[in-house]
Amino acid sequence: MTMSGEPPAMPGRRAQFEAAQRRRSMWVAGVSTTLVLVAILVLVPLAPGWEAVKKSFFNGGVFTKTFPGLLNAFLLDIAIFAWCAPLIALLGLFVAICRDIQRPALYPLRLFATVYTDVFRGLPVILVIYLVGFGVPGLGLPRPWNSPYIWGSLALILVYAAYVAEVIRSGIGSIHKSQSSAALSLGLSGADTMRYVILPQALRNVLPANMNLVVALQKDVALLSFVGPVEIFRQAGVYKSLYANFTPYVGAAVIFLAITIPMTRFADHLMNKRRKQEQ
Amino acid sequence: MLSLRNIQKSFGDHQVLRGIDLEVARGEMVCLIGASGSGKSTLLRAINLLDPVDDGEIWFDGVDIAEPGLDPQPIRQRIGLVFQSYNLFPHMSAADNVMLAPRRVKGLSKAAQRDRVAELFDRFGLGHRIDHYPDQLSGGQQQRVAIIRALAMQPDILLFDEITSALDPELVAEVLDVLRQLRGEGMTMILATHEMGFARELADKVCFLESGRILEEGTPDQIFDAPREVRTRQFLSQVL
Repeated sequence: MTMSGEPPAMPGRRAQFEAAQRRRSMWVAGVSTTLVLVAILVLVPLAPGWEAVKKSFFNGGVFTKTFPGLLNAFLLDIAIFAWCAPLIALLGLFVAICRDIQRPALYPLRLFATVYTDVFRGLPVILVIYLVGFGVPGLGLPRPWNSPYIWGSLALILVYAAYVAEVIRSGIGSIHKSQSSAALSLGLSGADTMRYVILPQALRNVLPANMNLVVALQKDVALLSFVGPVEIFRQAGVYKSLYANFTPYVGAAVIFLAITIPMTRFADHLMNKRRKQEQ
Repeated sequence: MLSLRNIQKSFGDHQVLRGIDLEVARGEMVCLIGASGSGKSTLLRAINLLDPVDDGEIWFDGVDIAEPGLDPQPIRQRIGLVFQSYNLFPHMSAADNVMLAPRRVKGLSKAAQRDRVAELFDRFGLGHRIDHYPDQLSGGQQQRVAIIRALAMQPDILLFDEITSALDPELVAEVLDVLRQLRGEGMTMILATHEMGFARELADKVCFLESGRILEEGTPDQIFDAPREVRTRQFLSQVL
């Protein structure tokens, strides 16, 4: 033990021990990972159906031929995502605020918001897409109001806004009552207290949770293929029939992962940052 | 200026205030002392209309503000409240904390307030901290910002709810200095406090609360040197 305030020139006993342990852990992790990878690479091709699977799912020729087309179709996914996301945010926020409204005259809004979140959180997404995506155009509306883009997107918006509303509401509930006390004690109105004091903090708190919903939305855009739009999943189906090969689906999966993995990492990063701030 | 008559308040079965009578004249500083749970905080929150009273009258400038159904907003603008836990808005800079209420309630733009607010920060030794966020400030600095925030609404009366209780001992003095300054400027104030030395030095009137009643009130000399009630004597011997 050095008595001066200077950092010791030699690492201390504890530091030496921890360094040795770290080296050992890395070595063990490296060896075990290598063993598992080798086992997969050796064992999977030994399976009796491997040749057939390789030909129909991992066909290099089909992959290169269809990949540009899939990428192109994915632009539609991104477009649908891009116009749905802001509308979901707005509707979700609106519903969240409605659920906490106290004024008797606005009770219908509160009732509507409660029923709304119950209904749309209680239904499978695909069911809502079918009902809205096929049902509303079935009314015989004139173009462009019969477009499956509009009604399919609306289905996604309705479902996701219900989830976002619940997340935001939990965020509002997480803000300590002393914050609204402080705002009200200054003479601010209830609405201003919500808008300037509670909501900004609540939304910041639930940003990571909403990021997870954003990732889920990006994936669920593919469900719209069931009501018409030729987005990437539908396009992969077309190629599958054309080449009698499943590789386009693998291509589509690669494209999805290229987008969703960074988004998920980013959401985790936000979550960790948030947790550190709270400590 | 402020006159409380027979204030009653219960939370569920628990009666917190059991008939409080209190007179506060303009420019006076009144200190509420008493054990935790004696009703000091509840009384201050009642005056600010955060926790409406069950019964009794609160006369403020000729109006009974305890009247059920009265819009509390205009009253609260004139009665400031500073909290034990500061309750600054963590997502705003110190300056924005102070300017929010005047901007939204009185319609003063940030630009219009900036000079006056900067002057307030300077006056309380925080000129160099005006654009800091609450988590960049010490407890004492946060509490001084909270006082400035209440002052910026130019209230007629300021209520302080044990504002030094959450502070490290070495930071208490800087906050008490602010109160001393306000006292010198003639601000009407009611303090719930455990700082007996401070109450003795500056208060016009000291009230000893026990179980939701004002058991004894008088000048600091009367209360601290010659308390009539046994309970007051017991309490003071515990805290002094």
